[in-house]
Amino acid sequence: MSISIEEVEHVAQLARLKLSDEEKQMFAEQLSKILQYVNKLNELDTEGVEPMSRASHMENVLREDEVKPSLARELVMKNAPDEQDGFFRVPSVLD
Amino acid sequence: MNFFEWRLEDLHKELSERKLSVTELVKASLARIANTDEQIGAFLTLAEDEALKHAQTLDERLMNGGKRGLLFGLPIGLKDNIVTEGLLTTCASRMLENFVPVYDATVVQKLKQQDAVTIGKTNMDEFAMGSSSETSAFRPVRNPWNRDYVPGGSSGGSAASVAAGQVYFALGSDTGGSIRQPASYCGIVGLKPTYGLVSRHGLVAYASSFDQIGPLTKNVEDAAYVLQAIAGHDPMDSTSARIDIPDYSKALTGEVRGLKIGVPEQYMGEGVDSRVREKIQEALKVFEQLGAHVEEMSLAHTEYAVATYYLLSCSEASSNLARFDGVRYGVRADDADNLIDLYLESRSRGFGDEVKRRIMLGTYSLSSGYYDAYYAKAQKVRTLIRREFEEAFSRYDVLVTPTTPTPAFPIGSKINDPLTMYMNDICTIPANLAGIPAISVPCGLVDGLPVGLQIIGKAFDEMTVLRAAHAFEQNTDHHKLHPEL
Repeated sequence: MSISIEEVEHVAQLARLKLSDEEKQMFAEQLSKILQYVNKLNELDTEGVEPMSRASHMENVLREDEVKPSLARELVMKNAPDEQDGFFRVPSVLD
Repeated sequence: MNFFEWRLEDLHKELSERKLSVTELVKASLARIANTDEQIGAFLTLAEDEALKHAQTLDERLMNGGKRGLLFGLPIGLKDNIVTEGLLTTCASRMLENFVPVYDATVVQKLKQQDAVTIGKTNMDEFAMGSSSETSAFRPVRNPWNRDYVPGGSSGGSAASVAAGQVYFALGSDTGGSIRQPASYCGIVGLKPTYGLVSRHGLVAYASSFDQIGPLTKNVEDAAYVLQAIAGHDPMDSTSARIDIPDYSKALTGEVRGLKIGVPEQYMGEGVDSRVREKIQEALKVFEQLGAHVEEMSLAHTEYAVATYYLLSCSEASSNLARFDGVRYGVRADDADNLIDLYLESRSRGFGDEVKRRIMLGTYSLSSGYYDAYYAKAQKVRTLIRREFEEAFSRYDVLVTPTTPTPAFPIGSKINDPLTMYMNDICTIPANLAGIPAISVPCGLVDGLPVGLQIIGKAFDEMTVLRAAHAFEQNTDHHKLHPEL
């Protein structure tokens, strides 16, 4: 199992990471090794086994549909890198 | 003053007799940090003024004969991925180097209710991703027993600060061993509670189906008291369990007669340092002398735990860390032309190598065409591992293993080889996969470095885990050793 530079670039794009050429090379090698190792799981027959998606044994957690207090807007905006009129400000979505 | 010399009971007595004030305790903690932390690097942020002010308030209450909480006046450290209102919370990442939370995590609220005094925020692996506390974006933590060695991770700062006698106890978080492994390397006690026992509200998420907050303490008794303070249902965490919380101090009986202990052979075999194995065997003899039944048994799926864990935890991480996009908080690249560039530049500058590596692995295993082969496959294997534990606990009360296959390793020796670093968590990961409680207690030294004994219990049976750990501790002297600084 080995991962090509092109695959690393594709995954980085999905993950919204910009990698240097050096990083691409490093991750291609390291991820290949890690994937080779995790392929070990294929030794196990998991036919008909339910996937475990959470660690708690509980069922749905429900509550009454009532309005409850949440953080005030000025608190939420306190760590915003840029804001305007109580909104998060970002560069244009389209060029 | 070194906090290793004080039992909670003695401190309470001294405080109530006014032989000691909270201000003196807090000043002692700050002085110890000033004297030792340049060598250790356990703290990222100190809350000196706030702590002294809090101490003064508590002293006034003491004078007025007011109510005292369970952890009254104790100076504590909090891992820097637990949010604290008005106090910098960085996760040891450039991404959050200026992040000041606007609310307290539920555990922080609960500790405040019990009158513990927050001294500061402890260093860690970036976003809790690592086993050595070397991936901190600011500086590595050093092991108080030998400064050339790692303290373990990711809660390395919390473990080192307790071991160095800087604070009375600390909180950490454990996703694949991040409380127990550093506790083991630093010669202290570390408890990972059952998944759902302690609220995760306000813990910066790494892998949400694994993460649990827990105590790092000098001894088992303290671990029971801290757990008492932080356990319990929280409506702010939908995975928080609705169960009655027992009185954990009732577990401290010293009695293990008839306790059925299983020793999984896979945790004692190849890859485990023979000197570590000897320490565990000596510990098992102590249990036998106390009247426990010790039996070797098998957990055949153990060898698949590391692969399962890294696929699932990295997948969850890639999703959880998507929130760091330079828009609502955290680092923002100011020179981006458009929104996509803003994401790409902010994330690439904010995250370190290990975080990027795990996001990449997780994104890959969740991506179209690979999902079934990696993510879904690992979820199924997780079911098999959990079943195997459930089956084991129909026959045994607890399982005993080494916490780690070796003592601490030298700084720099594994950081460039991710897979070797990951294998270090082989003994601790299975409890996170199954969501069950486990504790690490000191069981001796190898080459002057501490070794940890792990006791794993069934879900929500912290009582038996604490009882076994306490009985072992009370019949040995390992926990009385502490490093010279």
